[in-house]
Amino acid sequence: MYSPQIILEAALNGLMTGAVYALIALGLTLIYGVLHIINFAHGALLTCAMFAVWIAWAWLGMDPYLAILPLVPLMFVLGYGLQRFVIGPASHGDDGNILLVTLGLSIVLENLLLAVFQSDTRTLDTDYSFQVVALGPLLLSYPRLIGLGVAVVVTGLLWLVLNRTDTGKAIRAVAKEKLGANLVGIDVPHVYAVTFGLGCACLAVAAGLLMPTFYVNPRIGGAFVLVAFTVVVLGGMGSLPGALLGGLFIGVVESLCGLFLGDSLGQIGIFLIFIAVLLVRPTGLFGAKA
Amino acid sequence: MTARDLIPIAVLTLLAALLPLVVTSSPVLNFLVFMLIVALGAQGWNILGGFGGQFSFGHAAFFGTGAYVTAILQLRYGVNAWAGLVLAVAAGAAVGWVIGFLSFRSGLRGSYFALVTLAFAEVFRILANAASFTGGAAGLLIKLDVHPANLQFADRAVFYWLVLALVAAVLLLTRWIQRSRFGAQLVAVRENEDAAKALGVNSLTVKLRAIALSGGVTALSGCLYAQYFLYIDANIAYGSWISVELLLAPIIGGVGTVFGPVVGALTLHGLGEVAKQFAGRIPGIDLIVFGGVLVLAVAFARGGILGLLERLRDRGRGMVTRGPKEVSHAGR
Amino acid sequence: MLAVDGVSKRFGGLMAVDSATLSLHPGGIVGLIGPNGAGKTTLFSMISGFVAPTDGRIRFEGTDITAEEPHRRAERGIGRTFQIVQPFAGLTVCENIAVGAYLRHAKRADATAKARDVARRVGLGAELDRPAGRLTVAGRKRLELARALATEPKLLLLDEVLAGLNPSEIRDIIPVIRGIRDEGVTILMIEHVMQAVMNLCERVYVLAQGRMIAEGPPAVVCADTRVIEAYLGHGAADRLKAEGAAHG
Repeated sequence: MYSPQIILEAALNGLMTGAVYALIALGLTLIYGVLHIINFAHGALLTCAMFAVWIAWAWLGMDPYLAILPLVPLMFVLGYGLQRFVIGPASHGDDGNILLVTLGLSIVLENLLLAVFQSDTRTLDTDYSFQVVALGPLLLSYPRLIGLGVAVVVTGLLWLVLNRTDTGKAIRAVAKEKLGANLVGIDVPHVYAVTFGLGCACLAVAAGLLMPTFYVNPRIGGAFVLVAFTVVVLGGMGSLPGALLGGLFIGVVESLCGLFLGDSLGQIGIFLIFIAVLLVRPTGLFGAKA
Repeated sequence: MTARDLIPIAVLTLLAALLPLVVTSSPVLNFLVFMLIVALGAQGWNILGGFGGQFSFGHAAFFGTGAYVTAILQLRYGVNAWAGLVLAVAAGAAVGWVIGFLSFRSGLRGSYFALVTLAFAEVFRILANAASFTGGAAGLLIKLDVHPANLQFADRAVFYWLVLALVAAVLLLTRWIQRSRFGAQLVAVRENEDAAKALGVNSLTVKLRAIALSGGVTALSGCLYAQYFLYIDANIAYGSWISVELLLAPIIGGVGTVFGPVVGALTLHGLGEVAKQFAGRIPGIDLIVFGGVLVLAVAFARGGILGLLERLRDRGRGMVTRGPKEVSHAGR
Repeated sequence: MLAVDGVSKRFGGLMAVDSATLSLHPGGIVGLIGPNGAGKTTLFSMISGFVAPTDGRIRFEGTDITAEEPHRRAERGIGRTFQIVQPFAGLTVCENIAVGAYLRHAKRADATAKARDVARRVGLGAELDRPAGRLTVAGRKRLELARALATEPKLLLLDEVLAGLNPSEIRDIIPVIRGIRDEGVTILMIEHVMQAVMNLCERVYVLAQGRMIAEGPPAVVCADTRVIEAYLGHGAADRLKAEGAAHG
């Protein structure tokens, strides 16, 4: 058996990976909560953001954390444009269509990246990629610790935007009652696109946090997308705090499953949880409303 | 079913059967066989997704089950390949029934059903990739032993005819579904489940039958894949690529129609080849085309290619004076 | 034939139906009236099996069907229409009705013949091959009726089939409903068009705030103080009486 210290370390590392999962899921759940659609292209968009971070580092010599700053507005614009000019018009407001359009988009994006960057896996290295912080007897990865901190801050910021700004109020109004919001003069397609843009902006942050310790290739988004769906379903579709808690939880589960079952079976715990939650309680563990 | 229902299927099958007499190049035959295998699997998807309106994003679960069952039965238990084929279909149907029972009993539909099927396929992929029983990451190699009893033929054309015959058989099955009580009830559940229940339709049973049939047909295509290419691993058999292919073809061709999946598979792979010819070695170019076509189809051609054709025909006849068509309720 | 015995339905804190009791004998048309939000449709949904009662029993022809699925009840002979019409929009009128007809006719030819027959009876004979999505409101109401009728029900639950129709359309459809009764189908109908209720129903039940407050011939029930107050508010009956005296 493993010593408690190893288990604790694995759990804490999982918690920190989970923070990034939470960030990815945050975008997904925000889009679901307002547009009531499942954005299948989320993983491919994350891959785009990760490549952007890599390019900023490889070609411009930019620190990945610093790259987040210009990337956030870029991803916002990309998301806004996609929803406004592609997903919205192409899907005629039908659920099944949206699923298919976003699936089509993800195939196109993924393979465009493949066409440009080939299937090679790329990494970047920074001075702090392998730095650790000692916490009593435990050694914690420094970049992952940053990831945890930033994820919590971003969740808080997003919450503030939604609850304290006029745009946020419009978003919440549209989420609750699309028709009514339209009647009082809110530009619903615009709000949809803004929401989608915010969801993508979250991915920019996640990409910047991931790259110091992770790698990127054109197919990497697929690995995250199901995990993000699991987090969203677990946290309750559309719930921001749910996404944060769900992400942390899934991170720990994955880490512990990996420890006990080995790498190849590690992810299975996630999918089994996903299936079980969907079958038993599709409203999520942390989502209160029935 | 009437002669009107059977004749188009018979004519098209016969025409397709003549192809190997003209085309003898191996790469082209390989391409045709692969396309027919995809078409067959897509026909399976169409039974559940097209007629039943339950969009699965994880039909790889059935494709892979068909492939692995046939391979494992031959390799580990020395079962005859033809018997393996039958058992693979049964296994696919059983997996379909179980997934359906779990999801439909919980009332999953729409996006939730799509996600849960995707997750099932992933679970199978991870298990097949990890277990030594399934050959793990190294996959399974079916021994090359050319003999009709082993479902291996010296002439590629024979395998082509076999797959074609099965595609034709499923065309007939689909036509029968369209003309039967089961089909009417399945479509009713797709259009409005509550209304169907009020009319005495047991929606759970109907959906379970559809997913079992769908799983069986798709498993058949997986089994043929393994048998033709003689090698599978988890990422081929249970990979998301096949889930995507199987749903793309019917949607491009015409979802919920008899010929849609075949037309779609033909179009997609035809386009894919053309794109490869033009773009040369750019990896993923065919998939870029697939994804683009999917978005365009959803945006502009909701009935797929067959829907477009029908609309063009109607316009040709003059929509305004479209009289009562005697048999139009008989389906598309 | 139908016995609803102290049936209740609670949605969270709201008592939508509060121990309602109702019984039907074979034949005839019985009305179920009451102000908006009285729980009429919820009661219908419990009789047809779409909503499980929190409390109480429902029996049909002597068998307890409280826990049965909707499709089983349809097999037993309970047909229903929906207040908000639910056509199979992608199918033609004939195909829509045939789904109902398939319940008792397994063969396609038989089911189609039955569907055509029913369509003629409700006045949809000329629309057989039109997509259901393209029917007018009145056409859709008839389609609801036709589909339910095609299941050859013994008891037919009609949920506001007249709502949304104009007076001439109502005049056209009333004989159709009467015709259905004359063939021996028992009808329980929710209706707001009082003229039609007076015209068609031999007996009415009045549901208000989830409770069954009156039952009897329409003319008697409409004069009932409790019924008037349920519709018009407390004290309304006295005012009406006073007004009537003043005019008389």
